[in-house]
Amino acid sequence: MTSSTAFRALVRKDLVLYFSNRRALVMSILAPIVIAAFFGAIFGSGMDKPTRIPIAFADRDGSALSKSVAAAVKADAAFEVKDGDEAAAVALAREGKVRAAVVLPAGFGAQAREALTAGGARPVVAVHYDPSQATALTLVRGLLSQHVMKALGDSIAAPGASGGGDAARPPSFSLPFTTEAVESTSRTDRPYNGYAHSFAGMGVQFILFMGIEVGVGVLLARRLGLWKRLRAAPLSRGLLLGSHIASGAITALVLLAIIYAAAIGIFHVRIDGSVAGFVGIAIAFALLTSSFGLLIAAIGKTPEATRGLAIFATLVMVMLGGAWVPSFVFPPWLQTASLVVPTRWAVDGLDAMTWRGLGFDAAIAPIGVLLAFSVLFASIAIWRFDWEEPRG
Amino acid sequence: MLEARGLFKSYGDRAVVADLSLDVGAGEIVGLLGPNGAGKSTTVAMLCGLVGADRGEVFIVSGASRLALDENAHAAKRRIGVVPQELSIYENLGAAANLELFGALYGLAGALLRQRVDAALSLVGLADRARDKPQSFSGGMKRRLNIAAALVHDPDVLIFDEPTVGVDPQSRNAIFDNLETLRNRGKALLYTTHYMEEAERLCDRVVIMDHGRVVASDTLGGLYKRLPAVETLELEVEGAVDLVALAAATRVTRPAQEGTRLQVGVAELGRSTAQILTWLAAHGHGVHRISSGRADLEDVFLSLTGRQLRD
Repeated sequence: MTSSTAFRALVRKDLVLYFSNRRALVMSILAPIVIAAFFGAIFGSGMDKPTRIPIAFADRDGSALSKSVAAAVKADAAFEVKDGDEAAAVALAREGKVRAAVVLPAGFGAQAREALTAGGARPVVAVHYDPSQATALTLVRGLLSQHVMKALGDSIAAPGASGGGDAARPPSFSLPFTTEAVESTSRTDRPYNGYAHSFAGMGVQFILFMGIEVGVGVLLARRLGLWKRLRAAPLSRGLLLGSHIASGAITALVLLAIIYAAAIGIFHVRIDGSVAGFVGIAIAFALLTSSFGLLIAAIGKTPEATRGLAIFATLVMVMLGGAWVPSFVFPPWLQTASLVVPTRWAVDGLDAMTWRGLGFDAAIAPIGVLLAFSVLFASIAIWRFDWEEPRG
Repeated sequence: MLEARGLFKSYGDRAVVADLSLDVGAGEIVGLLGPNGAGKSTTVAMLCGLVGADRGEVFIVSGASRLALDENAHAAKRRIGVVPQELSIYENLGAAANLELFGALYGLAGALLRQRVDAALSLVGLADRARDKPQSFSGGMKRRLNIAAALVHDPDVLIFDEPTVGVDPQSRNAIFDNLETLRNRGKALLYTTHYMEEAERLCDRVVIMDHGRVVASDTLGGLYKRLPAVETLELEVEGAVDLVALAAATRVTRPAQEGTRLQVGVAELGRSTAQILTWLAAHGHGVHRISSGRADLEDVFLSLTGRQLRD
């Protein structure tokens, strides 16, 4: 009897304690809902129409057939086509702004027709694809073949059109062109290294976790009375908070350096873009991390509740920032919306400076955005920081 | 020395500290006592510069120099050492490293810093544990390091906020010795505590606060004189005593009876005892045992602040 009473009392105590912690309860419910909704939205269920694949299309031929293919590709609901010359199309793929760039070579129309009707040499269509988004390559190839064959068939069947070719040679039943898949990376002689994106994403995530610890550390210092001793010293508020920002940023920078040292040394990740740009993004992200930590310290009440809430906020940020799954798999609206999330700029910036091999100019926007967020976070933190000690 | 003049602090409509003034002279320990919620913590926070006063001023006086805390905050803070009630030390830094950090916050560096760190550790008896981390220390050692952290910049004024909470008698005595050494060196010490016997042992003067105001400020002797009775008489008696009639007949104060135990306050022990015994015998109350004692600071404190719970 005694043991059952005690058992019930212990169970009841645990339940009361758990359910009385409103923040933990909300976190336990909200976190799975938000994350499940996020992945559900990404992977398709409930969407009205499939996501259109952004591609670039360059027509170096300018023949009737190539124009017909271009028009068909543009009209295809599966694609969102950006026109341009070959260099611009390839650059878009390299910068990750499109998943592939299709380049129809000069003489494509005549050669394809010849290949189909007389078994002539097949033209080569270059498909420059973003290797971090390689799943799109197969789809692009398939739909391109469909449109080329349809355009060819239409042109051959058109009134007055000659079959062309050598009447002595039988028509070919193979595709009248070939595709050459070209990875749009920093250098054509260097294959895409999938670790580069992984390290950018995970580095950003776990360094932000470190930022949380910086913030929670300030809350703990306040609880332990250390903050009282620090504030009793002849120090300005700016110096006190500035020292936290500096130490947090230095720690983040050191961690990022070690993480990338491992990436480079063990997994052969390379900084193929601007080294100065990479360093700039690293410094800007380090400042963002420490100002994020300070923001947590400013708005947090207790270390325990704050840690849970901050981890949730960080997970949402890294999720939207493309650290778990690349942002290109997001629905278009989410891709646009995630631009207001600083982690998106950090991950994209690190990608740009590593495997994409882009120059310093591609680092300017991420650096600017990360610094702007740092200033915003620090300003809110300073505004909201409760300087006074407990009342009584 | 430390001077506070007309300090006032309110949160919303509630005045936490109202027109509080106090002085702590060089070579003096002043106790600041008060029940929970009396405004001690806010007072200490204002004296340390942690909380700004709505009105009033705090001065740090040294010779001809008189620094107002709100106008010369950094210069004034350099002369104040604060020992918070909490253990405000970094557990993962060595004892000396803690003191080096806190010394550096006051601008100390190099040989002078090392010298001050050594001196502070020696004073609190931790010189041989300088490299050890506080996480390996006993509670008493941590308390002593907590005090040393406030001494390293050699302040003129030291504010101790319940520095002996949770320590054993040996450590408490060691801390008292430290405080007396500091007093002998001419420091001005303000000491808040809930332990009356600590204040009785250490303090030259005592300030008692209640409801945000100073209700008494005097030497221990002066405070005892405020009591209607300096001596107490305790008797074991038969039957229920008519306390009103006893007080009227014998002029005893605060008569109280619990079971057979009768307690009264008397101004003069010899004459009063005879009167009480005579009155009790006349009213049929046998007396089996009698003892007497002097009023202490707790009596003064309770007489000024009452016996009602404040939490």
